[in-house]
Amino acid sequence: MELDKIENILEKYFQGETTIAEEKELKEYFSSPNVAQHLEQYKPMFGYFSQVKQQKTTQEIPLQTKKRNVAWLSIAASVVVILGIGAFYLASQKTTAPVVAQSELGTYDNPEEALAATQKALALLSNNVNVGIESVQYIQEYEQSKNKIFKQ
Amino acid sequence: MNQVAFIELINPFKDKVFRLAKRLLTSTEEAEDATQEVMVKLWNKKENLDAYNNIEAVAMTMTKNYCLDQLKSKRAGNLKIVHNNYTDREPQLDKKLEDSNSLEWVEKIINQLPEQLQILIQLRDVEQYEFDEIAKIVNMNETAIRVALSRARKKIRESMVNTHSYGIR
Repeated sequence: MELDKIENILEKYFQGETTIAEEKELKEYFSSPNVAQHLEQYKPMFGYFSQVKQQKTTQEIPLQTKKRNVAWLSIAASVVVILGIGAFYLASQKTTAPVVAQSELGTYDNPEEALAATQKALALLSNNVNVGIESVQYIQEYEQSKNKIFKQ
Repeated sequence: MNQVAFIELINPFKDKVFRLAKRLLTSTEEAEDATQEVMVKLWNKKENLDAYNNIEAVAMTMTKNYCLDQLKSKRAGNLKIVHNNYTDREPQLDKKLEDSNSLEWVEKIINQLPEQLQILIQLRDVEQYEFDEIAKIVNMNETAIRVALSRARKKIRESMVNTHSYGIR
């Protein structure tokens, strides 16, 4: 009964005429413990097919992500450019601000006030220059003494 | 298609590709290289993958062609270093009755078959592909596949019977 059927399928199997379902049946039969004595020789064959199917690759597949790298690179580059432009604007704003302040400083609308302020400023300058000259005065003394001693 | 989608796409047949490569190339390392090669090729083609209605069949065909190319280039060299070339026949005689070893004979017997038959045995008896799928992968008609498969199975049986009786005597 059962055995007849298996022998029948086995015959078809070697003719290459079995279906997947029949082949599964054969595999199941030969992996069971009660295989008929005269069919014992086929056991390793079907056992081998089942065993080989267990093999698996453990290896990771390295996928090339060149395109993504390029995208990231361009994003990074644009960030750098934006930062650069931003920094440049900030810096230039800082340098222009004091210039504006300086030009506004010391501007007078009233001419009299302007005159007074100019005189004050010039007086301050000449005072400071006189202080400078006073301290150099004694050099002239040296010069005179030198001329007395080394008569030319 | 991004990486995650691609991995999901190839996962169902990644191991089948590996096993077919191992069947033909024998060494695990070479089979892994071949698997990687095939997957990278698929990945590079990822824009056009939708055009194929059966990517698994395409992958298996690529694997088959790649491995046959590898074998051909290896044979072009003077030395053919294949696993079954330097197996020692003597020590296995006393181990023959062990069960795990009888599975190894089957492997050796299959390895001695012509490559075309090895591919068919792998696809049908191990991976259990239907005949129409095999026809797509190996580019043969179904009748020719049945005939070749029958020949391969009979050859295995013949060698098995021989080895079996040697084991007993």
